[in-house]
Amino acid sequence: MNFRIISALVMRYLFLYARSPMRLVELAFWPVVDLVVWGNVTVFIQKNTNPEFGSYVLFFLGGMILWDIMFRAQQGVAISFLEDVWTRNLLNIFVAPVRSSEYISATFIVGMLRILITAVVLSFISWFGYAFNVFQLSWWLIPFFLNLMLFGWSLGMISTALILRWGLAAESLAWAIPFFFQPVVAVFYRVEDMPAWSRPIAWCFPPTYIFEGMRDVMKSGTMNWDYLGYAAGLNVLYLALAGWLFVWVLNLTRKRGLLTKFATQ
Amino acid sequence: MSDPTDTREVILEARELTREFDGVKALDRFSFKLHRGEVLGLLGANGAGKTTAMNCLLGLTLPTSGELNAFGMPLQANRIKILQRANFSSAYTALPGNLLVWQNLLVFAHIYGVPNPKKKIAELMELLEISHLNKSVTGQLSAGESTRVNLVKAFLNDPELLMLDEPTASLDPDIADKVRKVVRKVQRERNVAILYTSHNMRDIEEVCDRVIFLHKGKIVCEGTPSDIVAQSSSDNLEDVFIKIARDGELLDEPKKASAV
Ligand SMILES: Nc1ncnc2c1ncn2[C@@H]1O[C@H](COP(=O)(O)OP(=O)(O)OP(=O)(O)O)[C@@H](O)[C@H]1O
Ligand SMILES: [Mg+2]
Repeated sequence: MNFRIISALVMRYLFLYARSPMRLVELAFWPVVDLVVWGNVTVFIQKNTNPEFGSYVLFFLGGMILWDIMFRAQQGVAISFLEDVWTRNLLNIFVAPVRSSEYISATFIVGMLRILITAVVLSFISWFGYAFNVFQLSWWLIPFFLNLMLFGWSLGMISTALILRWGLAAESLAWAIPFFFQPVVAVFYRVEDMPAWSRPIAWCFPPTYIFEGMRDVMKSGTMNWDYLGYAAGLNVLYLALAGWLFVWVLNLTRKRGLLTKFATQ
Repeated sequence: MSDPTDTREVILEARELTREFDGVKALDRFSFKLHRGEVLGLLGANGAGKTTAMNCLLGLTLPTSGELNAFGMPLQANRIKILQRANFSSAYTALPGNLLVWQNLLVFAHIYGVPNPKKKIAELMELLEISHLNKSVTGQLSAGESTRVNLVKAFLNDPELLMLDEPTASLDPDIADKVRKVVRKVQRERNVAILYTSHNMRDIEEVCDRVIFLHKGKIVCEGTPSDIVAQSSSDNLEDVFIKIARDGELLDEPKKASAV
């Protein structure tokens, strides 16, 4: 891996964002809408239940913010790739001495930068608007963020592979991928509240451990350490699988000669 | 086909390159050598296999069978090393339209690791007479301007091997003429090996040292443009082209020019 190439690819996105500030607005717009809706629902519930549940119900906001982190990470990776497709630049990249690993690393970094912006905006608004301080999660936040980001990257690579194989026809599918997982990773409710048959499925995905952990931390200030271990282990597995899928699809498109048709379409 | 007394360094070599798409051969046992400092034109009707050949040579498409070497190394296993010393431009690709011209060029200069990139970009833009476009939005350039920006990108890393797929398509005669002259000039100064496709016979006669005619993926004839014209009963390259496109061969004369 060559750091010069990765930074050149990242530089391109920085130029892009500097040239079109609307892209930055988009980074904040939906998260803020989500936050306001969930924040108001939380206030409504708080006013109409007993105080103990009322303070606990803030986990809606925590879940929403952490979910957005994962979603943005996935989007960051997929969007970076789509920008190259939309701008017919893919061929220029593929005929340049850029390794797949360098290309993917650059999309990861862009994903991370996007998350940072979203996270700052959301933390700010939730603190001032709804007295939800994400930092009440204290240093637990770091492993939470990291794990969700890693899973977001895996999903991003899967989305990218789908688009690489099926072209822009798969684009909307690529956007929807994180939401296939939303019902089963216990973002807004506990795993034990889910139907029994779906619980084993839930434990197959790293975010479940994080969202469960988040609720524990909010309630008791601590959580099951094993959860972090499972989440990290599963993340390594999913990253490896997604990376393998991406490279496999890339080679397949080379074999079938789809890369060029697709890159110039 | 190749002359054993030829001692020039071989930059690019294809042996029995075959590429099938759904059982149809877009390239059929295509073999050639490209030497240092040589400009080789690939000619043939639409669908003859020129772009397919280039894509295989760039590693974008894997051949069904056959061997590819560049700079004496097998292509697939050394793709990155080879691409560092090569470049490509086509009328059918573009640089990201939402960036400014200098931004796009700077990004590629960094990707290729060009020393002193700003100076290099300024020099090349001057050479192609597009210095004034430095701050233009890439997506708003005219076809001819965008072609020349693509060419700046293609020359950024001082490639030893350059593949140009219809670089003059959509250029007006004046600009096409300028582009041909610049390509020729840079090529001579730096001794670049160029693989060149075009449907413009004027291009080919002016730029190419040697040409290969393809028909349905097979080599029909090869040689210098003047040899080929001389050996056919045609008056010019354009007539040869039309004959080959219609009949699939040069009927009335020996099928191959012997000189390489
Ligand atoms: N990915 C692909 N899948 C299926 N068929 C393909 C693919 N790429 C090329 N072909 C076919 O291979 C043949 C050669 O195409 P190619 O693009 O190489 O022609 P060309 O000589 O560059 O033509 P043109 O002058 O029109 O650019 C054509 O019949 C084309 O339809
Ligand atoms: Mg073509």
